Amino acid sequence: MSDYILRVKGISKSFSGVKALDNIHFDLKKGEVHALMGENGAGKSTFMKILIGLVVPDSGEVLLEGENLSGSHVTETLKKGISMIHQEILIIPELTVAQNIFLGREREVSGKGGILSGWLNDSEINRQAAALLDRMGVNIAPKAKMKHLSVAQMQMVEIAKAISNNAKVIIMDEPTSAISEKEVATLFQIIRDLKAQGVSIIYISHKMDEIFQISDTITVLRDGKYIGTKRAAELDQNALIAMMVGREIDQMFPEATQPVGHELLSVKNLGRAGKFANITFNVKSGEILGLAGLMGAGRTEIARAIFGLDHWDEGEISIKQTPIRARTPREAIDRGIGYVSEDRKGLGFIPRMSVKDNITLSSMNNHRKGGFINTHSEQSVTEQMIADLKIKTAGTGQHVTYLSGGNQQKVVIGRVLLASPEIIMLDEPTRGVDVGAKFEIYKLIRSLADRGMAIIMISSELPEILGLSDRILVLSKGKQTALLSKAEATQELIMRYAVA
Amino acid sequence: MNRFSKFGQYGIFLAFALICLVLALSTPKFFTISNLLIIGNQVSINALLAFGVTFVIITGGIDLSLGSMVAVTGVAAASFAHPDTYPLVVPLLVGLGAGSAMGAFNGLVITKSKVPPFIVTLGTMTIGRGLALILSKGRPVSNLSDEFNFIGGGNIAGIPFPIIILLIAFAVCSVVLNKTILGRYMYAVGGNEPAARASGIRVSRVKMWVYTICGLLSALGGILLTSRITTGQPNAGAGFELDAIAAAIIGGTSTSGGTGTMTGTLIGALLIGVISNSLDLLNVTSYYQQVVMGVIIIGAVVLDGVGKKD
Repeated sequence: MSDYILRVKGISKSFSGVKALDNIHFDLKKGEVHALMGENGAGKSTFMKILIGLVVPDSGEVLLEGENLSGSHVTETLKKGISMIHQEILIIPELTVAQNIFLGREREVSGKGGILSGWLNDSEINRQAAALLDRMGVNIAPKAKMKHLSVAQMQMVEIAKAISNNAKVIIMDEPTSAISEKEVATLFQIIRDLKAQGVSIIYISHKMDEIFQISDTITVLRDGKYIGTKRAAELDQNALIAMMVGREIDQMFPEATQPVGHELLSVKNLGRAGKFANITFNVKSGEILGLAGLMGAGRTEIARAIFGLDHWDEGEISIKQTPIRARTPREAIDRGIGYVSEDRKGLGFIPRMSVKDNITLSSMNNHRKGGFINTHSEQSVTEQMIADLKIKTAGTGQHVTYLSGGNQQKVVIGRVLLASPEIIMLDEPTRGVDVGAKFEIYKLIRSLADRGMAIIMISSELPEILGLSDRILVLSKGKQTALLSKAEATQELIMRYAVA
Repeated sequence: MNRFSKFGQYGIFLAFALICLVLALSTPKFFTISNLLIIGNQVSINALLAFGVTFVIITGGIDLSLGSMVAVTGVAAASFAHPDTYPLVVPLLVGLGAGSAMGAFNGLVITKSKVPPFIVTLGTMTIGRGLALILSKGRPVSNLSDEFNFIGGGNIAGIPFPIIILLIAFAVCSVVLNKTILGRYMYAVGGNEPAARASGIRVSRVKMWVYTICGLLSALGGILLTSRITTGQPNAGAGFELDAIAAAIIGGTSTSGGTGTMTGTLIGALLIGVISNSLDLLNVTSYYQQVVMGVIIIGAVVLDGVGKKD
């Protein structure tokens, strides 16, 4: 069993009572590429964070070459040989390639002692970086500034950094999400070289074809649980998808009680350069349209464009057959569009303002008395909304920053509702929300549709999309790949179109 | 506001009361009506500027051009305030108009160019100083009418007129900040600008208002100063912006935006005034006064930082 470089035994981790990981096992052989698969929320990122020492597990152990790493800090795990190439690359753009590679280790590389130990030896740093990049066979100048590099080149620099750290295990989180196919080929060649040198790779990706191209072994997580480990050769795409989505959908989703009405919003051939193209769909009164796809498929970008947060280049958006072009969110709100962003903290609420001030923020014109604020009407409207949405708060004056994620989300929904929208776009409405509050948000979404609103729901959680949507639009890499009816949609089908 | 900034604000009240108490005990001259009126008169200009910059800082911005606006508006008003030329209302409107225009210019450049307010107003600070020198041809504008000089030097029922202006401005600014939709939007823009925009607030419009109001209040300060020294001085007001910003910060306005009150700023301005007054009374040289002031500013921000955990 000595050919295992990394062994993970029975790792569990809970965040405020919710189990993120439950008894996970993972064995990594020396010189293999081991893919880690699972839907968003399956627990992959928590697992990675435990491996690199960012998160301490509640129980279980991580053994690197037999040595227990549990509880080690990031800098220690790095020294012992576990490096991670992050999805969002962490670099300092103003520094050079060489300076980035040896950032934090200038002292060792400069190789001077005594009085000169604080003295930089840039020529030595450049020399070592050049040698390293040369060994990898990539053509990047060590003196180039990071900001002038392409994403793929930055990735190579990150890998060089890992190698220079004598990494035994390199974790790659969605390494191909932002690079071209040609660059993918280069990356895969480097991965094969690393393998040959005995370095092990943990590879995370949503792209099925890549997984089967590059990986030797595949481990699947689902809902924080270990599902199984198989040789890549023993699996095919369908079998893998079945492992990933195999859960049963429980009865969390309320059924429609009202028939679907007339068209409220229609989008024709909508496009924005580099983000999405040729998007065509409509939503009717009383209908919930699910927008499914992987991260980066263009779902949020479409919603932002409709809401006037971003511009768009081509196509047409119409509300009740009248073409519109909202250049600001104000215009979109005035035309009856509401948007509950996925980025709740960034775009949803003002943390140091009260529940009342947040909830009325989009509809202050209803509380105008001369130039002054009618605090009475504000107060009563807020209390009504707190009751309607069952917002748990110490009062209307409580600052939103002190509420739980689910209640913050309800405040944002409340604000959007008070502006009397006819069309509501909800982007990942249950992200970071616990199961109980999820159910309430589902009920709320359905009841809004039953009241005659048109709903567009973006979600990465397939059960949510399947359970709640009347129709499902699937996107992949900025393109619309399917528009499915509730009857025909299955998790497997959606996944297939999402990776198409 | 929230419980932390509330604590911060009470903290500044307490500090202010404590300092007054110590001074009253250590020098009998401090707690006399005439001395208190002197203090009120002295802080009035700084307080007006501080009210203006409080609006700006609450939206997450900054205005360094206050001092230059004081000079421009003072010179502009003085040019129309010679005896037997124009009615009093003309120099007042000219001064206030010039200040509002300069403030609006700040707002326009900031919202259209996306250049940080620090840089833009650093530029307009220099531009304004140049304008004041151009308008006055580099010479003080003197020989002003008695009515004009009353604004900064007169009394009503024994109360210096600048104190009356100060109190009215305080009341109006407090109402704008707390009771109007514009005031609510200022907090929202400073608290989280992208969310404010996504909530349908026209962020640029709010910023335009804020810088214009700041210019208007600077003009009021400029007119008051010109009237008090009975001359329009192109070099007047240099460094005033720093005292005004200090008053706002001491009063609990966070430089990262989203919090702050007019009451806090008023106390901040009074605290600065009381300290320099009392150190005068105690025969402490002005060198030490500056050291004390600096310590207080840093102390206030440390207190503010302690409260901010999100």
